[in-house]
Amino acid sequence: MSDAKYFTTTKKGEIFELKSELNSDKKEKRREAVKKVIASMTVGKDVSALFPDVINCMQTDNLELKKLVYLYLINYAKTQPDLAILAVNTFVKDCDDPNPLIRALAVRTMGCIRVDKITEYLCDPLRKCLKDEDPYVRKTAAVCVAKLYDINPTLAEDQGFLDALKDLLSDSNPMVVANAVAALGEINETSPHPIIDMNTVMVNKLLTALNECTEWGQVFILDCVANYSPTDEREAQGICERVSPRLAHANAAVVLSAVKVLMKLMEMLPSDSDFVVALSKKLAPPLVTLLSAEPEIQYVALRNINLIVQKKPDILQHEMKVFFVKYNDPIYVKLEKLDIMIRLASPANIAQVLAELKEYATEVDIDFVRKAVRAIGRCAIKVEQSAERCVSTLLDLIQTKVNYVVQEAIVVIKDIFRKYPNKYESIISTLCENLDTLDEPDAKASMIWIIGEYAERIENANELLESFLEGFADENTQVQLQLLTGIVKLFLKRPTDTQELVQKVLTLATQESDNPDLRDRGYIYWRLLSTDPVIAKQVVLAEKPLISEETDCLEPTLLDELCCHIGTLASVYHKPPTAFIEGRTAVTRKSLPARVPSLNGGSPSFDASTPGQRQQTVIPNQDSLIGDLLSLDFGSPSGPQSSYAMGSMPPPMTTAGQDLLGADLDSLIGGGSSDLSGHSAGGSGGYGGGGYGGGGGLADLVGFGGSSSGGPSLAAGNTGLLGDIFGIAPVSAYSVPKQVWLNPGQGKGLEVQGSFSRKNRQVTMELTLTNRALQGMSDFDVRLNKNSFGLTPASPLNVRSPLPPNQSTEASLPLNITADIAKQNPLTNLQVALKNNIGVHYFACLIPMHVLFVEDGLMEKGVFLATWKDISSDNEKQFDIHTSLTDADAISNKLQANNIFTVTKLATDGRQLMYLSVKMTIGIWILCELKLNAIASGHTLALKSRVPDIYLGIVEAFQGILLA
Amino acid sequence: MPASGIYILDTKGKVMVSRNYRGDIDMAFIEKFLPLLNEKEEEGNLTPLLSTLGVTFAYVKFNSLYLVATTKRNANITQIFSFLHKAVEVFREYFKEFEEESIRDNFVVIYELLDEMMDFGYPQTTDSKILQEYITQEGQKLEITPRPPMAVTNAVSWRSEGIKYRKNEVFLDVIESVNILVNINGTVLRSEICGVIKMRVFLSGMPELRLGLNDKVLFESTGRTGAASKTKSVELEDVKFHQCVRLARFENDRTISFVPPDGEFELMSYRLNTTVKPLIWIESVIERHSHSRVEYMIKAKSQFKRRSTANNVEIIIPVPNDADTPKFKTTVGHVRYVPEDNAAVWTIRSFPGGKEFIMKAHFNLPSVESAEQEGKPPIRVKFEIPYFTTSGIQVRYLKIIEKSGYQALPWVRYITQNGDYEIRTN
Repeated sequence: MSDAKYFTTTKKGEIFELKSELNSDKKEKRREAVKKVIASMTVGKDVSALFPDVINCMQTDNLELKKLVYLYLINYAKTQPDLAILAVNTFVKDCDDPNPLIRALAVRTMGCIRVDKITEYLCDPLRKCLKDEDPYVRKTAAVCVAKLYDINPTLAEDQGFLDALKDLLSDSNPMVVANAVAALGEINETSPHPIIDMNTVMVNKLLTALNECTEWGQVFILDCVANYSPTDEREAQGICERVSPRLAHANAAVVLSAVKVLMKLMEMLPSDSDFVVALSKKLAPPLVTLLSAEPEIQYVALRNINLIVQKKPDILQHEMKVFFVKYNDPIYVKLEKLDIMIRLASPANIAQVLAELKEYATEVDIDFVRKAVRAIGRCAIKVEQSAERCVSTLLDLIQTKVNYVVQEAIVVIKDIFRKYPNKYESIISTLCENLDTLDEPDAKASMIWIIGEYAERIENANELLESFLEGFADENTQVQLQLLTGIVKLFLKRPTDTQELVQKVLTLATQESDNPDLRDRGYIYWRLLSTDPVIAKQVVLAEKPLISEETDCLEPTLLDELCCHIGTLASVYHKPPTAFIEGRTAVTRKSLPARVPSLNGGSPSFDASTPGQRQQTVIPNQDSLIGDLLSLDFGSPSGPQSSYAMGSMPPPMTTAGQDLLGADLDSLIGGGSSDLSGHSAGGSGGYGGGGYGGGGGLADLVGFGGSSSGGPSLAAGNTGLLGDIFGIAPVSAYSVPKQVWLNPGQGKGLEVQGSFSRKNRQVTMELTLTNRALQGMSDFDVRLNKNSFGLTPASPLNVRSPLPPNQSTEASLPLNITADIAKQNPLTNLQVALKNNIGVHYFACLIPMHVLFVEDGLMEKGVFLATWKDISSDNEKQFDIHTSLTDADAISNKLQANNIFTVTKLATDGRQLMYLSVKMTIGIWILCELKLNAIASGHTLALKSRVPDIYLGIVEAFQGILLA
Repeated sequence: MPASGIYILDTKGKVMVSRNYRGDIDMAFIEKFLPLLNEKEEEGNLTPLLSTLGVTFAYVKFNSLYLVATTKRNANITQIFSFLHKAVEVFREYFKEFEEESIRDNFVVIYELLDEMMDFGYPQTTDSKILQEYITQEGQKLEITPRPPMAVTNAVSWRSEGIKYRKNEVFLDVIESVNILVNINGTVLRSEICGVIKMRVFLSGMPELRLGLNDKVLFESTGRTGAASKTKSVELEDVKFHQCVRLARFENDRTISFVPPDGEFELMSYRLNTTVKPLIWIESVIERHSHSRVEYMIKAKSQFKRRSTANNVEIIIPVPNDADTPKFKTTVGHVRYVPEDNAAVWTIRSFPGGKEFIMKAHFNLPSVESAEQEGKPPIRVKFEIPYFTTSGIQVRYLKIIEKSGYQALPWVRYITQNGDYEIRTN
């Protein structure tokens, strides 16, 4: 007999008819009626009017009917909360039914009825069910606690259900344990304070239950264990040993959750130990096998493999072939496989990869083909040995004349030029043949960039560019900007016959466009060209840094966080959970654990007497400093996922505009201020495409002033021409006002006020000495006690002597840094002895930490990333910084004036992130992540250093600098 | 973290059955699903996950129906997809087919199943054999109200107690699929063997089984290696087991021990990444004379031992979609043109080892070329070779111990078949 007939009543007065049937005397008829009601509900008709009548059918001994009525209740109780109360009695009674199936059904359904009044009545039956003799009821009750907590957390806590749930963790039945784990895990994640305190005993219990529960229960347990951080290496290894057999489970969810636990715990173990090496080997086969699963699972697996390959490239390095695309793979699987192929590409397998990519590039699916072409370009950039073959492959593809292939190829060839300049320019003529087929902005802009960049070698460059100029007004902004820059480059290279052209494009840009970015850029070029063509040449035709493939990797903290979320949505989206879920559930961010050696491995605490030694490895290479800074920033405005080489979105125009008007101009003109503004030019995404994308020629325009002049001084006095025009106030270093260090009472008439500053790359103590005594003072001298930073006077104290009564004198005492260090408490404490003819006076003062920040504190991005990873996350601390500043550039400038350097900026999930580096005189590096809150007046500062003791001082420095 | 709700949608995106587990997403939200899916498909970036306004849809498509799960949290998405596939499997075991009609006919049971298989978004019991013990399609006819079977909460959640057979038998099928990818120039890019061991168990009581394979790792650990051992051993690269197998035990001493479910199930699967000589080698010469005709010369060669025979060999040759007037010539088997698949299929019922056959095909092409660009589908081969495994895997023993002490006979069959067997053409 089929149920389909229940859907077919379409007579008039249906509800009325059902009502009378529901109240029929005959059991059979009532049951039929309820089925009809559920059928109507299923197709979306509103049958809530029948609520009381359906409830009347609830008291039945027919299980099927009962289930249907319960189902009805779940759907409609919310709309009829008052009537829903009527059901309570039956629920309570059913919770006492001799049949466990009915007891469980009742408690399960009650938890699904999200009506406050009912919730109150839920407590008693639930308590009973948690202690039921039948495990089926207990496992249902365990989940019901999570339901109750979701509706009313305080009630659940006050009634002691959380403790009851914890007791179930020791239940004899594995299914009950598994559900209790799931419920506790969920509660723990939503609760404002931790509910379960995982410990060794509990984890052991869970791991024992792991062997016995269902596949789903295993997932709950593994996900829970993944949140536990073992106390030491030995424990971590023990857990790994007990979890790794799960890799052989047929259920993909069990496998990936096991991978998650192992990936996390491996972080705690020495990476070169035999155990870790063996474990890494074990991980590859199950991951590969997931690629034979259903396509949806394959997709999830591939997104996760993408993370794993970035985190631990060695695991899958020999598995390239399994990622070869099959003809019938769904497109989403194909695209993900391609991405992983590129990540795995190495000199050893590049020939195979290229042969495959070439094959793919002749397929028919446009998206796939495009990605394959792009992949060839990425290979060229990644594996230098292959560049030549990649270029010739791309040329072959251009010969196919398939329009989108040609355009994609031109975009990637531009990137290859930027990576290997002056190597493959011979192919430019081939590219130029395809000029008129280009209709996509990306391809056009790339082609124009190429022509501009190599204008001196292309005989008819002026004609080519002129041909683009005809439709200038109709072009995409990206193309317009590029054309502007391209023609200016051409003019600077071949001024004689291109003056007219440059005039034309400047006029078009400045007078006929209503795009402010384009106009501004036009004006700047115009002024630049008319002010000093030599400087213009230096700026516009400056040597560009090379690009690298690093940019399409995830940012390391994000990668670490995502590795803690393997198998979940976050791992598929490659976004932290905070980015896509709202509210309280998202508060806790996960990160990988750090190594904790179990035996005599030495404590990780800071030994202040040798702060310098630990830092030896992290010295940035000055030569590459600015280049790296600039090259690392392409992808940043469009988020961490985008890659420059992939032709990602250009940086937003507004940013570019701001930069242009911001401090960057100082460097363009000033030169002297290079340290300051050269960096911010790069830091704020100016490279944006070194002349291709939205940021376009900005970098060409302004970017490199800093590297060439490299003057030491800060911003003062660099009010060049344009600086005036745009009214930029120079940013100066922050200083703390003088404070009284010694009052005349203690100093026998001598009052000392002082402060610290940084002058000429030296820490300087500024003193005001006032004679409050009745006689003159002379023979001043000063000594500093051993201190945390090894500060000693660089010269004798030079003051007016004798100092007459009631007179003041100013003194500057430059301080040297020596290795003679003694840790003080507080760390910044400095004990001073000041001598004069009257006696020796002792006093103490605090050194503001920022004066200890040195000028070469800009860390190269690569080093920054490596160091950030290298430093244990235990050393990471978060602080709130209060300031009214919300603009990243302003903050960056301000910090930079105080030797806190912006390594890079990112925008993730709608917030600006700044990565900063600071180097202290004693050689300690501090890596900072500053998270800007757009609205609030506070930002979050995360500090990472090997020496956590200094954090307080650093935070004070930030606070001071940003408030000043 | 769990799913919020589960929906079964028909082709037009209309809800057929739905179950709201957590109440944190408005049930009407599902109306956004199909439009979103269509939009993504049009943009060409369709993935199995769709997300809008903070809600993620995870879906699988089956017989033009959509089974969709929703979530607002950072759910364990692997678990959700595994569950969706499992649910389809359960529905199919219950209703034979999972399609519109069977859903309408059984919506009450489906509600019951959804209630039992998932609670508050957490998957619970999904073993259809166990479910069938207390959720039946003729529920109303049962006089005795069912109780939850012990197995639901037992450590052995896949087998009920008290099963009885007059004759105790076990059938083992070792099935190996050969995946192969051959490049245009005839080089084997990738080859892989994916094996499964399927069982049909007709045993009484709660039997303990132990399966012995010629597993290299096991042989090495027990010292049965090299010349001393007569049996060849096989190195299994990755092994996956049904949940009944004790994984910790396998990890320890490579013993495959388990209490099997009743009836048919897949005990294990394994994978070997070794270089396999293609069992059936295909060479093709394709001559395209655009606007007039295309000619194929296909040579098929069996590269396995003479005493084996491949059965039901099908060689599927892609042809242009505008080809017409097929002409075929072959000495063995027969060829038919399947225009709906744009392919010619050459069938050879029985293909002994060490032989070579040739087929020639000729098609006319229209003088006007179609604007539509065609892909380059590979030539595919289907076959079955009984009594033969490519890897050389062997079942050495299957020990069956039950407390009543009955004797049971294991039967073992071996078969090798094609998996993804692709030969690229130009």
